[in-house]
Amino acid sequence: MLDRMHILICGGPDCKDKSIPIRDAFKANIKKHHLENEVSAVITGCFGLCALGPHILIYPGEILYSGVSEENIQEIFEEHVMKNNPVERLLYRGKFDRMKLKNRSELTFFAQQERIVLRNCGTINPLDINEYIGRDGYMALAKVLTEMTPEEVISEVKKSGLRGRGGGGFPTGLKWEFAKKSISDEKYVVCNADEGDPGAFMDRAVLEGDPHTVLEAMAICGYAIGSHTGYIYIRAEYPVAVERLEIAIGQAKKLGLLGKNIFESGFDFDIEIRLGAGAFVCGEETALMASIEGERGMPRKKPPFPAVKGLFGKPTNVNNVETFANIPPIFLKGADWFKSIGTEKSSGTKVFALGGKIANTGLLEVPMGTTLREVIFDIGGGIPNNKKFKAVQTGGPSGGCITEEMLDTPIDFDNLIALGSMMGSGGMIVMDEDTCMVDVARFYLEFTVDESCGKCTPCREGTKRMLDILNRICQGRGNLDDLNILERLARIIKNSSLCGLGQTAPNPVLSTLKYFKDEYIAHVTDKVCPAGVCSKLTKYVILDNCIGCTKCAKNCPVGAITGNVKEKHKINSKLCTKCGVCKSICPVEAISTKPEKWRAIYAKAN
Amino acid sequence: MTLNELNALRKKARDHIYMVGLKRAARIQIGYGTCGIAAGAKPVYNAFIKKIEEYNIPNVTVVKVGCMGECAFEPIVEIVESDGTKTIYCSVNERMSSEIFEEHVLKGQRLDKYLLSKTKR
Repeated sequence: MLDRMHILICGGPDCKDKSIPIRDAFKANIKKHHLENEVSAVITGCFGLCALGPHILIYPGEILYSGVSEENIQEIFEEHVMKNNPVERLLYRGKFDRMKLKNRSELTFFAQQERIVLRNCGTINPLDINEYIGRDGYMALAKVLTEMTPEEVISEVKKSGLRGRGGGGFPTGLKWEFAKKSISDEKYVVCNADEGDPGAFMDRAVLEGDPHTVLEAMAICGYAIGSHTGYIYIRAEYPVAVERLEIAIGQAKKLGLLGKNIFESGFDFDIEIRLGAGAFVCGEETALMASIEGERGMPRKKPPFPAVKGLFGKPTNVNNVETFANIPPIFLKGADWFKSIGTEKSSGTKVFALGGKIANTGLLEVPMGTTLREVIFDIGGGIPNNKKFKAVQTGGPSGGCITEEMLDTPIDFDNLIALGSMMGSGGMIVMDEDTCMVDVARFYLEFTVDESCGKCTPCREGTKRMLDILNRICQGRGNLDDLNILERLARIIKNSSLCGLGQTAPNPVLSTLKYFKDEYIAHVTDKVCPAGVCSKLTKYVILDNCIGCTKCAKNCPVGAITGNVKEKHKINSKLCTKCGVCKSICPVEAISTKPEKWRAIYAKAN
Repeated sequence: MTLNELNALRKKARDHIYMVGLKRAARIQIGYGTCGIAAGAKPVYNAFIKKIEEYNIPNVTVVKVGCMGECAFEPIVEIVESDGTKTIYCSVNERMSSEIFEEHVLKGQRLDKYLLSKTKR
């Protein structure tokens, strides 16, 4: 008969001495709880990974513990065997095989999250308004329209401490109050769904997974500030989100949850969609409004702020998708509940899009105040392939890099700014030791140069000149003076640009210059790329662990690699074009571009 | 719509989502955000629909849902049963979906090898 649970204990040569007492401890516990017929504990062969032993593997679920000692057995037995709660602290950390990784993420990925914005994402059918209603949808709007005055609505939002999730972190309640105070015959509510940061996709997930929450929140906002028309500005390259929004608006209108006299309160509200062509600058609110009006998407100076003179010259309130998605829960559960989550100055949660060199790419939502280390290593699963963490980029092209020393900083708006980065919309790109920080800065600057609208000179010309310098550095034609020019240009662009795009564009350069200056210096003085990324500043070499499979020699487009079968191959650096084909196909990672490797080999050759 | 009408609708929808009063019912939720579609959620969705038509069983519905967050493991299929058990399968393809349907949905046999997680939320 199969037992309910099987406990396998590693009995390889390295673990043998420890595994017998571990087995005996399990047996004693099994006997104590009379589980002889249900649970078995046996010693098996070596699991591999001997450095981390002894290991215990528990079925069902293939849960792997590593580095276990006799003292841990009691806890594992009581929690895992008796209550089926794997003891997370003792679980194997790392990539054993895909199955194990999934089980690990099962334990931490969802458990450590607090889902407010994403509460319905992945749970309800976004194409069916009934599913949203079944999960308390439109109850917040009903409560607001039937029980509260606009003043009470605004004071509740202010009390919750909600701050704009688009990046700036401006208090939402205050913004609504400004819009309410402006006197006009017509006002507008605008939802900014022009998500443009490379690597950020949380707004798309909300609009695709739970479109009604945004509609409901916009109606609440309209009631609070005295507006009857809302616009959702969304980029056309989110076709699925656009389609679902259109369906959602249609369904809400049909049920009378949008339109005339909602809940017989005399309040009218309608929402229209405006498609953007995907320009990064249109995420800036004045450029966004110009684009809705049919003008070219360019920012204008502020003041007058949109709350005074916005869309079509009327008072307008612009909020981000994620900000709106927080509104219905605040009214359902109360501002005090919302305030209790997160930190004192940044309440609530934040959704992050994890990308780059990380095991669990995806979306996660954590309370403010969670540390970056928890997000990257616990929920994100850490860096794959046992590589070393180097930095994390937050805030997209407007943000900066955060290094390992600062990983224990609790995430909130003010802390990230103090570190020289910013919250931004919530994109998080993790970089490992193989990433060249100069190249990263160049990548982001390339993006802003492309996306600069060209209205003001510092942004149009300044970022272009900065990019020229970075390109020069990456090609080995830079000098030390370039670093000073970069810094000076960055300061001028920050101080004199018209809108947020230019004011923050130099941030990736400034923060990498601050924390990775040694890499810049290696590029300009030693003419070496320490990460082996910038092709002009690196050399390809074959290391001693080459197995002579001839794959690289066969695939080299210029025939630069020679060698016999089963013998170490060699690269002729005079022919090599540094295309990287050999490195990507090598089955044993014997090809390296790291300076510490090729320098030694070249020193020997001379 | 009045508040009372909304409340009535809410109760009806809630009973539907949580399968109140149904025995041996299941709701198959398929991650159908851009990430899911790109990873191949469409054939998986169609495969489940086909299976339901083939076996003609009541009380089992297939629902397109948004992104759950684990984009790296899409297409994700979550089976929610009327007793509240939730099982998440990941990186599902057409072949796996018929296996999941026949083993899990029909026979109640969880397929541990395809599991992302088994959580009660």
